[in-house]
Amino acid sequence: MTTALLDVRAISLRFGGLRALSEVGFSVNSGELFSIIGPNGAGKTSLLNCISGRYSPQDGEIRFEGRDITRQKPSKRAAIGIGRTFQNLALFSHMSVLDNIMVGRHHLLKNNLFTGALYWIGGAQKEELQHRRKVEDVIDFLDIQHVRKATAGTLSYGLRKRVELARAVALEPKLILLDEPMAGMNLEEKEDMARYIVDLNEEWGMTIIMIEHDMGVVMDISHRVMVLDFGRKIAEGLPEEILANPHVRKAYLGEEDPLLEEPEALSA
Amino acid sequence: MAMDTLRPCGDFRSSYGADQTIFTTRLTLAFLIGGIALLALAPLFLSNYFLSLLIQIGYLGIAALGLNILVGFSGQISIGHAVFYGFGGFASVFLAEHGVPVPIAIVLAGLWTTAVGLLFGIPAARVKGLYLAIATLAAQFILQDFFVRAEWFTGGTHGAIAPPFEIFGYDMSGDQRYFYVVLVFVVVMYLFATNLMRTRDGRALIAVRDHYLSAEMMGVNLTKYRTMAFGISSFYAGIGGALYAHYIGYMSVEGLDILFSIQFLAMIIIGGLGSVMGSLLGTIFMVLLPEMTGALASALQGSAIDKALHLKDGITYMREMLIGAVIILFLIFEPDGLAHRWRQIKAYWKLYPFSY
Repeated sequence: MTTALLDVRAISLRFGGLRALSEVGFSVNSGELFSIIGPNGAGKTSLLNCISGRYSPQDGEIRFEGRDITRQKPSKRAAIGIGRTFQNLALFSHMSVLDNIMVGRHHLLKNNLFTGALYWIGGAQKEELQHRRKVEDVIDFLDIQHVRKATAGTLSYGLRKRVELARAVALEPKLILLDEPMAGMNLEEKEDMARYIVDLNEEWGMTIIMIEHDMGVVMDISHRVMVLDFGRKIAEGLPEEILANPHVRKAYLGEEDPLLEEPEALSA
Repeated sequence: MAMDTLRPCGDFRSSYGADQTIFTTRLTLAFLIGGIALLALAPLFLSNYFLSLLIQIGYLGIAALGLNILVGFSGQISIGHAVFYGFGGFASVFLAEHGVPVPIAIVLAGLWTTAVGLLFGIPAARVKGLYLAIATLAAQFILQDFFVRAEWFTGGTHGAIAPPFEIFGYDMSGDQRYFYVVLVFVVVMYLFATNLMRTRDGRALIAVRDHYLSAEMMGVNLTKYRTMAFGISSFYAGIGGALYAHYIGYMSVEGLDILFSIQFLAMIIIGGLGSVMGSLLGTIFMVLLPEMTGALASALQGSAIDKALHLKDGITYMREMLIGAVIILFLIFEPDGLAHRWRQIKAYWKLYPFSY
């Protein structure tokens, strides 16, 4: 449990003059449930986008299982074992729930344009059915059997969030990135979602990085927590350490904090 | 797709295989096979006029399906479909003139058109929306110009004579026999598309359309699939065009203009974007529309309306106007097309008389 699955080394991300991330570094061990918290605009989603490949940081490097993936194309990252969900719903809204989840298995399927078109000849049917079986396991786990044939766009918000999680799980990732999995949910839905996340971590053995605003959930289920503010890491540690950290309290309460002063301003 | 609600009560699936079928009930399958069998008998009792309409629906329907795969399924716009259709026609004639048997020439023409489609698709798949529309417009003009200039390939402005369709020395030309050729192609091409859309690459195409960011995270290579959509679309267009050339017996650059491309778009919008069967429904509609207006005009011949509107002279203009009007009406009242209407009719009958 001590091997670092993901190692982020001092990455910086700028959009023109705006610094989204400044020298953020952390590592996540295999089997960990790691949370990232911070005020809005702190750079949490940008960080996740760097790991999933949507943005590429100007400085620093990201290593996954010891391999440098900083510049790897996002579409290649599913195959090495990185899955994610999005903050705003990102389902394929005209497809059925089943097809949505099957897309998650895209990199595991081998049938192509030609074998797909021939379907019965060439093994596509057999392969599709084998994977359907795997997808059904995920559907059972997330308790969405009743909507498997429904069009994703017609589902309620809470269900869509669950389908999105199902799609990411179907990828069979080693590392799963969850961007605010509980945003906009009521207490009961949050409890369910927390249960799924813990199960994924403990029973399915997935390493999880989660961004979440609900402190109660974060402190309850995370193994370790990192705090970002203005694109910088201001704290990292066990949940109880984070709760006691004065910088974190300041970041959330909006008090002055010398750690967040611009370095240029200090030297001047 | 989401046809689950249309299953009769008590019809439960006990295997995943049974759940992945194209036809939800045995009855729908029986209807389709019966329908095809009935069509196979059509030359026995239909006049050549109706057969020629059916043949037209066939080859245009194949090309329209291609455009639907590009526009409806993968979410990219193309306003240059007619030139790929034309390219398929010219390529098949060219190959047949150089000694390739016509049935093989048609398939090879499809592949050749695919190559050309990919050539235009490689840059086009990197841009989106309006820019893509302009890029495909460029394809329309470049190829149209090429058809006029490349006399070795197309016969230039004079066009090229297409040899008749022969298989194993048996002449299949003439409405009665050519009908079967088109029927076979339609069945095979539509079956391919249906299968494609329920397997990996078809799903990836739709995923790219619905949400390309998350498709990319699922491991779908966006550029590859966008380009692939152009390839598939051109293949269908090429096959459709080749079937047309050998049916008419003559292929010319005339008529392969942008208006024809727009007509293809009209077919799939009316039929239903993102629906395989919708492509065929839309084609039927678009082929029959001018026939109906023609029939209407001749029915009204000599009447007061005819005299007032000069129907006889104005009929060609009226057709164009009618096509435009129909597209607008569909966009407003039935944006999901005839395929959607058909689903609703089925749902209505399933629940009848408790339709609420």
